[in-house]
Amino acid sequence: MSGPVVDIRDLSISFATDAGAVKAVDGVSLQVNRGEVLAIVGESGSGKTVTAKSILGLLPETATTGGAVLLSNRAGTSTSDVVTLSGKELRGIRGSDVSMVFQEPSTALNPVYTVGWQIAEGLRAHRKLSAGEAKREAVEILRKVGIPDPETRVNHYPHQFSGGQKQRIVIASALVLNPGLIVADEPTTALDVTVQAEILDLLRRLRDEFDTAIVLITHNMGVVADLADRVVVMYQGTVVEEADATTLFASPQADYTKKLLDAVPRIGQGRAHTEERARLRAERTAGAAAEVAVVEASGLVIEYPGRFGRKGFRAVDEVSFAIRPGEVLGLVGESGSGKTTIGRAIGGLTRITGGSLRVLGFEMLDFSERRFKPLRADIGFVFQDPAASFNPLLTIADAVAEPLVIHGRAKNPAAARKRVDELLEAVQLPKSYGDRFPHELSGGQRQRASLARGLALEPKLLIADEPTSALDVSVQARVLELFAELQLEFGFAALFISHDLAVVDLLADRIAVLYRGELVEEGTGAEVLGDPKDPYTRRLLASLPVPDPAEQAARRATLARIRQEAGDNQL
Amino acid sequence: MTTELVASVPPTSRGFWGRLPVLKQLRQSVGLQRGMLVAGLVIVAIFVLVAIFAPVIAPYGFAQLRDAQGPFGAQQPPSAAHIMGTTVGGYDVYSRVIWGAQTAVLVIVIAVVFSIFAGIFLGLVSGYIGGWLDRVLVVIGDAVYAFPSLLLAIVLSIVISGGQSSLWGGIFAAALSITVVYIPQYYRVIRAETIRIKAEPYVESAKMLGASTPRIMFRHVLRNATRTLPIIFTLNSSEAILTLAGLGFLGFGIEPTAAAEWGYDLNKALSDVTSGIWWTALFPGLAIVLSVLGITLVGESLNDLADPRLRGRKRVKAKSGTMSLTSVDAALPSDVEILEENR
Repeated sequence: MSGPVVDIRDLSISFATDAGAVKAVDGVSLQVNRGEVLAIVGESGSGKTVTAKSILGLLPETATTGGAVLLSNRAGTSTSDVVTLSGKELRGIRGSDVSMVFQEPSTALNPVYTVGWQIAEGLRAHRKLSAGEAKREAVEILRKVGIPDPETRVNHYPHQFSGGQKQRIVIASALVLNPGLIVADEPTTALDVTVQAEILDLLRRLRDEFDTAIVLITHNMGVVADLADRVVVMYQGTVVEEADATTLFASPQADYTKKLLDAVPRIGQGRAHTEERARLRAERTAGAAAEVAVVEASGLVIEYPGRFGRKGFRAVDEVSFAIRPGEVLGLVGESGSGKTTIGRAIGGLTRITGGSLRVLGFEMLDFSERRFKPLRADIGFVFQDPAASFNPLLTIADAVAEPLVIHGRAKNPAAARKRVDELLEAVQLPKSYGDRFPHELSGGQRQRASLARGLALEPKLLIADEPTSALDVSVQARVLELFAELQLEFGFAALFISHDLAVVDLLADRIAVLYRGELVEEGTGAEVLGDPKDPYTRRLLASLPVPDPAEQAARRATLARIRQEAGDNQL
Repeated sequence: MTTELVASVPPTSRGFWGRLPVLKQLRQSVGLQRGMLVAGLVIVAIFVLVAIFAPVIAPYGFAQLRDAQGPFGAQQPPSAAHIMGTTVGGYDVYSRVIWGAQTAVLVIVIAVVFSIFAGIFLGLVSGYIGGWLDRVLVVIGDAVYAFPSLLLAIVLSIVISGGQSSLWGGIFAAALSITVVYIPQYYRVIRAETIRIKAEPYVESAKMLGASTPRIMFRHVLRNATRTLPIIFTLNSSEAILTLAGLGFLGFGIEPTAAAEWGYDLNKALSDVTSGIWWTALFPGLAIVLSVLGITLVGESLNDLADPRLRGRKRVKAKSGTMSLTSVDAALPSDVEILEENR
């Protein structure tokens, strides 16, 4: 037919920042063909989002662009260079020739307007049409993206939809003017893995039924394998490799691509590892008497109080589990499943409302901060976002010394410095990093420092709440490795909370799966992942995309079958 | 690949001067924002210098009515002896304007220091501890807001000075009455920040470690909550000048024999204006306008510069700049390097 939908030639983008000019994209050339899904993969800061946004001319004022971005309309009758367009011309092409799907559906929709109004907004900007016609088109497009009962739902507000439905609506509003190209910036990152699978299905339908080209920006290699026809790998503002998806996964050429693919955790990788650990622990404790569990929950209930006159929200419902000394329990579940609540309850940040939770022999049901405080020395905590869990005004050394000072092991941060240096060394950070401030470290380095702080008092129990979900995949791999090494060295018991089954599989001796506050399955990695009993676990496992196009196609079929068995649309 | 790699964070070692609040912003600013900031800083600097060196600069005392040649005479037009003329009371206008700067600076400093300390402490305690204390303080703060601020200041100045107005009595009366008006502002800001910071993971992490409440409040929350203060502080200083002048103008200020005060002089100049005597009103008025303008310029520029979205930057050329590091741990040294560095 005609040429590519978008043809990027020698694109370079620089930003003006406080620290001077920073180059984000450096001589990138790529093409997107009609009806094709092109995935741009890379880690944060690789320039993938900036490149994609330049297609819509959505860069901030501080950016300077060089090169050309030639965008054709759907029919292929006209082509324009987005870089040189004026504001008015840009408004003309946005929506009708190219549109965008954002990462976070809950912030991409305006909470005070109905979804129908928001979809019609795009129509009104480009065409003159009556309110009735606009609504009819909105209903039509909602039906196409799979919103049930669109005639009524069109009048609903964003908060009345679930996260996955909201993303469908965002996609609908991108699709309403039938553009030839949709730029999807991490469209599934904010969604749970089972919902992610549905959205990926929808995007695949866009390509097949509407013949829309999609630029998919993602860091998740599993998503790439699931959806992409062709892949562009970006690293530090340049394209390091471009290939079709099957070739890329089968035989990656660039070193960086190989490294990236190696770093992706896969189910089953950790099994040999955990079996080895189980054997070691059995040897170590062979002679000892029956172990006392570090954490023991039975019938644990945690409720958040409701508003006046309403029933409270039960976040954790009758959950029972135990963590024995030196054991890593992986807690898996989607957002809202109560996994973080359990972690916080063990750390004494959230009160429990029923059942029993014994932490290091202390019954949390009759919690008192004063009596629990001495025990805090034996509990380490690693938070999800390493950037936010450090006081920005304290140096890394001061932050790591905090637990030592609080529990009287050192008089002041300076006196603790020797121990702090040892700890930094243990997490493979140079001593000199202790004098830096948190913002001067990369994400992975900060999470190492966070581990050092968690381990400062050599705790018997470490609670890690999604410690790697804010990190890029290659950084995640190294932090997980470090975690495993430290666990072996210090022998602490750990509660490892994550939404990613593959990550948990790498580290955990036993895995517990939570679903809507209830524990649906618990067992060793081999039991839970090898032969899942619960239908939810099965679906969770099948929803997890794997970085291999052929295998992923097979998994997709499995998932479709599981969904049909479950009676569809249950969620 | 020829791209040089740099960390995207600015280097820390900018020295002591680079980290001072105002100088840091001065360095960041470009174009119009820089012009506004520099103009404001120059005016403020002149204002403060005049205040400090008032005894040297002013040819006469603020309450001086005569010199060796005899009395100055009332309402004399500007001349060589009195370059801004004399007032209806027979004071030298130029000297009164200069001495007035001193009074204004003293009042601002005392008022702002008091309200900052009281406001920060109350805001911190009320925001962090919450509960009934918080509610009571919020209601009191709102009640103070409900009063017209000048009325409140008048009532307080009467209560504090009891009608007497010596130099320090008058200054403290003015300063404290301004303080009471501004405490709720600092209190509100600090309380809001504290409530936000209370939910930050680094505070939770300190709680997890078992840190005591005062330790969390003062080590982790306080310093992070006070970052926006320089802006409110400058903006309030200019309002403090206006309140002081307003009090003086209404006759609740400081007696002319105790200290020079612009608002008082303006009040006495009221009747002069209609009879064509312009110099008694113009110069104190200009002094008020300029000092408020200078401080406001500084405050507004700091406000804009503190927000990265409002901060202006120089355009950069295409293909310029260095590539910033991605979050890849490429820069992380190997074990051998760590060993070497730690040796």
